[in-house]
Amino acid sequence: MYDAGKIIIGLIIFLIIITFPVWYNIAMGKATYIPQLEYPVDAEQCVADSAYIRASHMDLLNTWRDKVVREGERVYHTPDGRRFEMSLSNTCMKCHNKKEEFCDRCHNYLAVDPYCWDCHIEPKELVP
Amino acid sequence: MKIDRRKFIKFTSLTTIGLAGTPIARALTGEDSLLAPVKPEPSLDNPLTARRWAMVIDLRKCLSKEGCTACINACHLTHNVPDFGNPKDEVKWVWKEPFEHAFHEQEHEYIDEKLKHAPTLVMCNHCDNPPCVRVCPTQATFKRETDGVVMMDWHRCIGCRYCVVACPYGSRSFNWRDPRPFIKKLQPDFPTRTRGVVEKCTFCEERLAKGLLPACVEACPEKALTFGDLENPESEVRALLKENYTIRRKPALGTQPEIYYII
Amino acid sequence: MLEKALKGTKAYWIWVISIMAVMGIAFLFYLKQYHYGLGVTGLSRDVTWGFYIAQFTFLVGVAASAVMVVLPYYLHNYKAFGKITILGEFLAIASVIMCMTFIFVDMGQPFRIVNVFLYPTPHSLMFWDTVALGGYLVLNVIISRVVLDAERKSIPPPGWIKPIIILSIPWAISIHTVTAFLYAGLAARPFWLTAVLAPRFLASAFSSGPALLILLCLLLRKFTKFDPGKEPIQKLALIATYAMAANVFFVLMEFFTALYSDIPEHLMHFEYLFLGIEGKATLAPWMWASEILALLALILLLNPGTRRREGTLVLACITVFISIWIDKGMGMVVGGFVPNPLGNVTEYVPTLTEIMISLGVYAMGVLLVTGLYKIVLSVRGEVRA
Repeated sequence: MYDAGKIIIGLIIFLIIITFPVWYNIAMGKATYIPQLEYPVDAEQCVADSAYIRASHMDLLNTWRDKVVREGERVYHTPDGRRFEMSLSNTCMKCHNKKEEFCDRCHNYLAVDPYCWDCHIEPKELVP
Repeated sequence: MKIDRRKFIKFTSLTTIGLAGTPIARALTGEDSLLAPVKPEPSLDNPLTARRWAMVIDLRKCLSKEGCTACINACHLTHNVPDFGNPKDEVKWVWKEPFEHAFHEQEHEYIDEKLKHAPTLVMCNHCDNPPCVRVCPTQATFKRETDGVVMMDWHRCIGCRYCVVACPYGSRSFNWRDPRPFIKKLQPDFPTRTRGVVEKCTFCEERLAKGLLPACVEACPEKALTFGDLENPESEVRALLKENYTIRRKPALGTQPEIYYII
Repeated sequence: MLEKALKGTKAYWIWVISIMAVMGIAFLFYLKQYHYGLGVTGLSRDVTWGFYIAQFTFLVGVAASAVMVVLPYYLHNYKAFGKITILGEFLAIASVIMCMTFIFVDMGQPFRIVNVFLYPTPHSLMFWDTVALGGYLVLNVIISRVVLDAERKSIPPPGWIKPIIILSIPWAISIHTVTAFLYAGLAARPFWLTAVLAPRFLASAFSSGPALLILLCLLLRKFTKFDPGKEPIQKLALIATYAMAANVFFVLMEFFTALYSDIPEHLMHFEYLFLGIEGKATLAPWMWASEILALLALILLLNPGTRRREGTLVLACITVFISIWIDKGMGMVVGGFVPNPLGNVTEYVPTLTEIMISLGVYAMGVLLVTGLYKIVLSVRGEVRA
């Protein structure tokens, strides 16, 4: 390799710059930050247990989406025999009706930007 | 999280118990006062089903009430259809077109002037052989094999507008810009659309699933719109097709439109 | 080999940077379109495809026209095209990439374009167009790379490339045929519902493509040490002549069918394009200009004297290019939308944003052609010091 020294120094500088946010957060004590979500207080049990929902709610919603839109199937049966309408706005967000305190906190933390609400309406928007 | 008792009952009954169709949900939402008395509860347990949905529009009845837009208003309200107020951005699911445009192959020099300019109700024809479905590169628009509804999957549409180009009836609209700010009154149960996708009438499939007739049919004060199963010989639409001479838009193209007109 | 495009004179770099500046400005306009939506264009509910799709259609033709140098050179062993065949292939590569970019900027949801591959739909012609264009790009990249590499090493190209080259010939025809099928299979649009559309597309492509290649060769000769020689230029001119004659013939066929059958639905599109309907005639001057230029081009090309004289040949090539660009781009695409299927006349004029974005895509094509031709000339040692 020509100019090995220069290249290696350059790479090291590049790595430091690109990992800077990580070091910065550790230094500021923010690395252990976990978003605090607001759960509905009064609502009944969710369509699935929290561990599954936390990890796979997007898959569940995608399945629901395809079932409803493409197969015309609208009722979701939970393993314990409960029935729900497969709907983000009309089922999920009837209980989890605070998008900012629930959906957004985690999505922002993970820097994901799902486009669900480009079309689906969050309860807040209905207040004129 | 603040939720009062009344709200709580409303939400839970609508989502879970509501599926079984309890009268509590209806009483609380108070949306049943206009429904026909014998109609079953609006619930996912009593969907309206058919082998082939079709509509008969009795233009004589429709025209008898001049300037009426009840069906259009109902449809556009139910489905969060925006009103941009200009023809360039326009999005519409159902609208009125002068007879000479809606049926320009039927028009002739001595046709009654009144009929010639008569505002004729038009919408997606839910063709049995839909050209829009044929051209769609992602199957974002497709025909439901169960009941013939030509559906839209707004999650999948890439906005190429080939379907708009292929539709011989001008039934499809594209979202040239974000429609949200132009929706007068948001309906929470139904999504809006995002900019860059195509939309059109879906025969109110979301209402059929709950046992409700299409919004336009329900809203028509003249009962000019009849909706039913074409493959059921006992259905109301079949009776109307038998009793009346009906025409369809551009039948020569072989698209087999499923909206029939009594002139 | 690509590094050869990165070494050049000051003039070369000024040229490259100016093109990139145009692309940069166009990108800003695209950002505006991306955030606002396609409403920034002049398109509407009635005219849903316009300038972008017109450029796409035209450029598919330019891409396909590479076959007009590839076929004589490889199939008929026509040695005079030895120097320019690779130029034709590189022009095809740049054109296909421009085509794809025009499709991309025309999408309402550009990043969902992967759905075309996630849900392949063989009954959609758009699916086949994607396959055809993508395949053509891959074929040309492989062929030009291998052939140029062999040329650099002064060895004959490997034998396995020959079948790929032969395959690229029908493939070139297919890309433009499938593009015509995008239009010609729609019951809703009588203007395009014509079996002669694909042949007409090919004829106009085989005229405008070689015309452009002649102009590019002459430009290279002016600014570099490259000299294509007289014979290939004259042969290209002859190809452009035949193709232009066929193109005009096909256009006249369209006129006959529409005018003589007198079916209003067919006729109204021609009426709109050339005379205007209800006083709406934005495209009429353009269409007449296109037809007059076509006639002028034919006179210049058919007459051996003017075809052989370089000055008049250049003029002929420019008129061919502009005539077909108007006719096939705006005339063909927009003409199909006016009047709409309900008989309403809504006109379409591209907006500044649309034109700037298109300019940017063309700039990208120019940049690609510049870089690729630079590589060829560097390999051959024909760059002017």
